[in-house]
Amino acid sequence: MATSEHTTDTAAPVAPGPRRLGARTWLHQNLFSSPLNTLLTLTVGPLVAYIAFAFLRFVLVTGRWEIIERNLTLFMVGTFPRDQLWRLWLAMSILAITAGLTAGVIGAATRAAAIAAGRPTQAHTGERIRRLGPPVALALSILVFARTATAFLGTATVVIVGAIAMRAAPRLPDRVRRQIGPIALGGVVLALLVISLFGGVPRTQWGGLLVTTYYTVAALVIAYPIGIAFALGRRSTLPLVRWVCTIYIEFFRGSPLITLLFTGWLVLPFFLPPGFRTPGLVTRALIIFILFTSAYVAEIVRGGLQSVGRGQIEAAQALGLSPWGQTRLVVLPQALRAVIPGLVGQAISLFKDTTLVLIIGQTDLLAVAQIVTKQGDFLGQGYIAESLMFVAVIYWVASYWLSRESQRLEVRLGVGER
Amino acid sequence: MADDVTEAASSPAARPPWQRDVRILRVIAQGAFLVLVILLVQWFAYNLTTNMRRLGIRRDFAFLDQPAGYQILGSNFVASDRIRQALLVGLTNTVRVALIGMVLALILGIVVGVARLSTNWVVRRSASLYVELLRNVPPLVLVIYFYLAALAALPRIEDAATINDVIILSNRGIWLPWFDAAPGAGTFGIALIASLTLAILVARWRTRIFDATGRPHHRVLFFLLTASLTAGAGWFLLRPPVTLSLPELGERTVQGGLWLYPEYLSLLLSLVLYASSFIAEIVRGSIQAVHRGQSEAADALGLTPSMRLRYVVLPQALRIAAPATGNEFLNLTKNVSLGIAVGFAEILRVATQATGNGQPAPQLLLMVLLGYLGLSLIISFFVNVANRRLQLVER
Repeated sequence: MATSEHTTDTAAPVAPGPRRLGARTWLHQNLFSSPLNTLLTLTVGPLVAYIAFAFLRFVLVTGRWEIIERNLTLFMVGTFPRDQLWRLWLAMSILAITAGLTAGVIGAATRAAAIAAGRPTQAHTGERIRRLGPPVALALSILVFARTATAFLGTATVVIVGAIAMRAAPRLPDRVRRQIGPIALGGVVLALLVISLFGGVPRTQWGGLLVTTYYTVAALVIAYPIGIAFALGRRSTLPLVRWVCTIYIEFFRGSPLITLLFTGWLVLPFFLPPGFRTPGLVTRALIIFILFTSAYVAEIVRGGLQSVGRGQIEAAQALGLSPWGQTRLVVLPQALRAVIPGLVGQAISLFKDTTLVLIIGQTDLLAVAQIVTKQGDFLGQGYIAESLMFVAVIYWVASYWLSRESQRLEVRLGVGER
Repeated sequence: MADDVTEAASSPAARPPWQRDVRILRVIAQGAFLVLVILLVQWFAYNLTTNMRRLGIRRDFAFLDQPAGYQILGSNFVASDRIRQALLVGLTNTVRVALIGMVLALILGIVVGVARLSTNWVVRRSASLYVELLRNVPPLVLVIYFYLAALAALPRIEDAATINDVIILSNRGIWLPWFDAAPGAGTFGIALIASLTLAILVARWRTRIFDATGRPHHRVLFFLLTASLTAGAGWFLLRPPVTLSLPELGERTVQGGLWLYPEYLSLLLSLVLYASSFIAEIVRGSIQAVHRGQSEAADALGLTPSMRLRYVVLPQALRIAAPATGNEFLNLTKNVSLGIAVGFAEILRVATQATGNGQPAPQLLLMVLLGYLGLSLIISFFVNVANRRLQLVER
């Protein structure tokens, strides 16, 4: 591995940078360099242009977007009581502060590391725009349909408190900054409590994007430690432990999530002792998401564990650490750093998989898209195209953003290059 | 090595007291773990049986022989047929969509993946747009889009559109020309397999001659000639074993042809598009992962660009791509269960219909889970076989 790194290092300055081509040369090289290329350009080009034209015409001209305008709150939160919406704004502000603090602390650490290594610390403006683009696009594609001042004021508040937290993060005392992991977790839990506790709203009344986000975040946060446990179990030297963990992981990875959700819906209550209060639909779905995700997290973490060199464990043994100490102090910190991109990938697929709860009758974002077309004013007029397009854009931008960030992390953490 | 340790440890002098003997501790730890797991499983099983008895739900599989009480779209299954048969129809439908989906997704994925590396700017950009657009959208959105928006927007059956009177398009589905089996079809199928086997043997024989003498082998030519000649002979000897069946638009019905009903078509299209975007990324990554030196060496040997691709780059890229592609095949198979959202009769849909009729859910869902796990295992097996055959033989 080390040799290939050196080759790329020495090769990099020799490789010619991007040359500025004249328009004619560019056209010739990229579009008309051979008869086949010309043919491809002339067939694929118009086809793609037509699809892009049809799409733009739909979005800007023919699309009847009043179905989104009238139902925006329904898309966002479902049947969440409208007089309790302040809870959501408060929760979003808490999450923004948490995210701002985390990003600020990580950013400061990265900058410090970059200065120590003598790398440039300032990001290019272009890269900043590229990183900010997707979240801004996401917020705009929702806000463009908003017709109340609250939506704009609320969003502005959330963005501003987040930005302040990010600015303030580097000035926090060292002691606090080192605990950023627990702080972030605490922020997420606090946001959930604000919504559901102290006279709050039960989860059965949640809907839309709120439910989608809830399943994604809650399942991932809870499945993470369980997944680590199963990953360690699968690498145990005790064969029985290894077998049980392998069976668990492979069972959940081999089953389709919808089938498991149905099992959770119809059969899970049977597994609880008679007289035990049957958990609600949301809890049952969440349990399934957690079990399912933890199996995938286990496999991702196992990959991270395998990437830790044997020498590290031997060094830990030489230092006289106990087996648990070796794992906790030497192996896991390195392994968990390497699996961050994989976890982001899992978050993306979980985010997309939450759409499945619509099949067991819950009103997530995609379900709302179907429900609104059955309202009296919109029934039977083909509004489904508009409403599906709206939710598809939300899913798309969010997933695209996460996957871009995960690629960036992958490059920055140098996964697979050590 | 291991023997040494055991020998040293088993000699009485070297043996530590039992509470510090790692081997004994390991046995104890595993025993405790096993007891815990068994207790947990038993607790679940006990709860399950108690609850089922309390609610008066049967705990055997006798219900499989009861009449299903519902029809299945796109098959000649009727309501009086048994649940056992319904599940079988569901499984067949699942397997059919999975297999056809894999083939189409692989072809589309390779085309798009290669297009992403094209020197043509338009082609390259369109291909990356395709990939980015499709893989970041939940597959269920695609399924519902095709079912409720795209296919539903086709004309009603009364004024169905046709393409040259060969293909019929309506919101009740799409009809394509297809083949009807004539009496000799079964025999012809056997003849076809025999002729393919023969053709493979001939191709192997040509390869052996090439290996031994170095004369041009022309094995593709020989293969095609043998296959088409023997198959053609079979075709004429058995008289045409299949007849072309064109769809014919009636008053409000369509006769003949191959009916792609909306549930099936929207599921298949979505799964193929979704999976192909992932396969395209795998293909692109694998081609790029082939070391540049390999291409340069091929150039230095004077190979043409197409030979370079055919003999140097692709065989190595295939090896890299195989495991990940197998994974996508598994995902595609599991995603067939999305069909339940639009009422396509895959195995989960068939089973949940039965639970809706009051049949016991635990047994039915167990069978569905086992069915999907079985399919996953079978696909993993074939993927592993393919991987092993593709692996470099290290010397």
